Amino acid sequence: MVSQQGQRVGVVCESGEGETRVAATAVTVAQLRGLGYEVLVESGAGLAASIADEAYREAGARIGSRADAWGADVVLAVDAPSEAEIALLTEGATLISLLAPAQNPQLLDALARAGVTALAMDAVPRISRAQSLDVLSSMANIAGYRAVVEAAHAFGRFFTGQVTAAGKVPPAKVLVAGAGVAGLAAIGAAGSLGAVVRATDPRPEVADQVRSLGGEYLAVESAEVEVSSTGYAKEMSDDYNTRAAALYAQVLPDTDIVITTALIPGRQAPLLVTEEMVASMKPGSVIVDMAAAQGGNVAGSVAGEKVVTGNQVTIIGYTDLAARLPTQASQLYGTNLVNLLKLLTPGKDGQLVLDFDDVVQRSVTVVRGGETTWPPPPVQVSAAPAPAAPAPAARPAAPEKRKASPARTYALVGLGAAVLFLVTAFAPQQLIGNLTVFVLAIVIGYYVIGHVHHALHTPLMSVTNAISGIIVVGAMLQIGHAHTAVTVLAFAAVLLASINIFGGFAVTRRMLSMFAKD
Amino acid sequence: MTASTAAQAAYVVAALLFILSLAGLSRHETSRSGVVYGISGMAIALAATIGLASRSIAATGMGLLVLAMVIGAGIGLQRARRVEMTGMPELIAILHSFVGLAAVLVGWNGYLDVEARGAAQHEIAADLLRIHHAEVFIGVFIGAVTFTGSVIAFLKLSARIKSSPLMLPARNVLNLAALAAFVGLTVAFVVSPNVGLLVAVTAVALALGLHLVASIGGGDMPVVVSMLNSYSGWAAAASGFLLDNNLLIVTGALVGSSGAYLSYIMCTAMNRSFLSVIAGGFGVEAAVSDTTEYGDHREINAEDTAKLLRDAGSVVITPGYGMAVAQAQYPVADLTRRLRERGVQVRFGIHPVAGRLPGHMNVLLAEAKVPYDIVLEMDEINDDLAGTAVVLVIGANDTVNPAAVDDPGSPIAGMPVLRVWEAENVIVFKRSMSTGYAGVQNPLFFRENTQMLFGDAKERVEDILRAL
Repeated sequence: MVSQQGQRVGVVCESGEGETRVAATAVTVAQLRGLGYEVLVESGAGLAASIADEAYREAGARIGSRADAWGADVVLAVDAPSEAEIALLTEGATLISLLAPAQNPQLLDALARAGVTALAMDAVPRISRAQSLDVLSSMANIAGYRAVVEAAHAFGRFFTGQVTAAGKVPPAKVLVAGAGVAGLAAIGAAGSLGAVVRATDPRPEVADQVRSLGGEYLAVESAEVEVSSTGYAKEMSDDYNTRAAALYAQVLPDTDIVITTALIPGRQAPLLVTEEMVASMKPGSVIVDMAAAQGGNVAGSVAGEKVVTGNQVTIIGYTDLAARLPTQASQLYGTNLVNLLKLLTPGKDGQLVLDFDDVVQRSVTVVRGGETTWPPPPVQVSAAPAPAAPAPAARPAAPEKRKASPARTYALVGLGAAVLFLVTAFAPQQLIGNLTVFVLAIVIGYYVIGHVHHALHTPLMSVTNAISGIIVVGAMLQIGHAHTAVTVLAFAAVLLASINIFGGFAVTRRMLSMFAKD
Repeated sequence: MTASTAAQAAYVVAALLFILSLAGLSRHETSRSGVVYGISGMAIALAATIGLASRSIAATGMGLLVLAMVIGAGIGLQRARRVEMTGMPELIAILHSFVGLAAVLVGWNGYLDVEARGAAQHEIAADLLRIHHAEVFIGVFIGAVTFTGSVIAFLKLSARIKSSPLMLPARNVLNLAALAAFVGLTVAFVVSPNVGLLVAVTAVALALGLHLVASIGGGDMPVVVSMLNSYSGWAAAASGFLLDNNLLIVTGALVGSSGAYLSYIMCTAMNRSFLSVIAGGFGVEAAVSDTTEYGDHREINAEDTAKLLRDAGSVVITPGYGMAVAQAQYPVADLTRRLRERGVQVRFGIHPVAGRLPGHMNVLLAEAKVPYDIVLEMDEINDDLAGTAVVLVIGANDTVNPAAVDDPGSPIAGMPVLRVWEAENVIVFKRSMSTGYAGVQNPLFFRENTQMLFGDAKERVEDILRAL
């Protein structure tokens, strides 16, 4: 199949407490082999995720010892390695796992000392091209679903409302704070169980996404609108936080289930639900704090624990929500890894190649050949003027053209001003007035349509077209003068310009009357 | 207050109303009031002008004036009522040509009124006479370029002539020669005005306008239409200088600069240089022969498409000119409604230059009553495409071409495109495997996740509706 011997990929058995996931499933093993790699799975690696060694073997993997797996050329893992595990890595090998590079500088140092290359799956930039490798999204999706299941388990009632012979049961009311991937998954899951779901988020544009999953979007009335350039949430201002707190205080007493998902990368999670708010909730209510590992969104939540407050409100702070669905979590994580390796194996020949000109590869690489390369240069997720990220090599010249240097701009403006000065200075009196009006009108025309909505280009054009029929005024003043030829020409001009004026306005009105909102 | 100052005052008010009108037109919420402002501005200007004219001209003149306006209004209103929304680009192009022609006529009248009468005229002071000569020339020149340019654009858009670019050997030299001739003739006319020079400049300008637009391919028409819109404004402004009428100057400059800015926005969207548009004949490198092997495409039928759509969580529709040609907007809107009723999230992704007119797709979808809040721009939808189950590409080609991103050697390299290929499934509605307006093969059709649905877009969408 491949003339050159492919590199060996080792899939290790996770040693972390409570970790049930594994970095490859039978399906992804086959895909890895399709990329030309030889795959070796540590015996028992998939047991916690219900994948037997036999299944790996059938997919074409060899089963080996712990030392074999950690000693491979490319090591796939879920959690960050321990000191002992780092010692098992061979120099020059590549480790791919979740590393939380921002929180673990000493881990990066240890990996650098071991002389390996380390790729952090949790450092994938949030650009669309990299979505297929984005572990945070795929895990958040699972965690959001599981959060609802955990809440349902702790909640002593139905989610859906029912009318039975034994009386009426009201539906549960669920509030999801933060409509990111986890939040949306939770909204969908709670909604399909029949609960009434409401959600909050600082980004008003997610309102549609919330509604699309059957939830109701609660807007925080604030002047501040979050526009994130990195694709992640950022900290909000005090004004926003006060208003959000007021909203929570108002909604929570009437809510049965609260699921909080507010995370800010590399920072303490924001406190959304205070002790008083928890106290205001009905007995039997459940709160799932998905940010418990980062300090928690809820006062009184304990990471990894389920606690019950004095007023019988259960606060769940599990940090291993994704790992509680091990088979699927492993499948999605494994697919993310395969997608990364597809990117790193351009020849499909089992040879891993790192290309630092590619933003995705640059971003995930936190240690290269014993040298720490964290943090990577920032990646703009939605670059409005020039989406350089998807095609870095394709156009070296284009972005320069866009951004004229300030000096050049000043020079152009200066030149224009000088020309205008000269023209006006040598013009006769009457022309000066005309020129003044002309120049000012040009500037107004430019600014007045500066932010025209895209969909309105056609109506705008037909209205300007109608307005430019104003030339009729000129023709009208020429009609009926002595010369017959002048009158004939002016008559034709008035006629033509009138078509423009009446036709242009009429057609614009017709178009605008069609634009309607849902 | 004299009649003349009253008219001037009315003109100031009218100019202000026009500014408000343009400002209103830039947002949905205020667009209707924008039109009202525009109409009132025009009404005030017309009333003031009629009032002014009635003092100096005889009853027959007045009759002629009213007759011309009534005929013009009749034709205009009738055309506006009857035009199909898909025919909007042609209508706007031909309306531009009217402004251009009117400017030429006004310019000629300026000559007949003043220069032709020689020493017998008393309207223009002797020291301003030379400026008047130049103004006549500039007005006629811009007007004539706008006129023939718009007529050619109209013919191309309505498919009365072939829309492929005309490729004369020395295009740029011809354009420059025309400009040089214009400057030379102007100087000659200023020194000694005579009718021969005026005829010559009119002919040169008519030829230039014809050549400028003829050498631009049909795919780039949105920019051309918007550029002609700008030219028609400058033509009006030039007439304003000629007649010493500030209202014409203000309005012409407003239209001219806003049209130019609009064209600039669109050029950026297509990654074209603004200068090469004004110079004409851009996009001609597209004729590069292409011998790359792309492999095979896969076909799908309407039933399978319906099945895919039924199971999809989210669908994005990216329409192009093909949807307009096939008049498929109504069945597409129907499909949208049906899918939304089933709980499928349906959105539209509109490329800034889809269609033959800026915002063309938005107008068509609005006509078919697609709510405008699910019609998104390219930048709004592009990042969501990767998470989309099915993308329907209806009659779009170059605007969804991955070669723009992947292939630096492609003629459309660097043009921002809708990244539909990132979606799980892409279904392309197309008549055949032929290339789009840019003349470039589209590797999208050969992607593993792409399937082709051949035939007339309208019929195919109706087939899908039946299968649903």
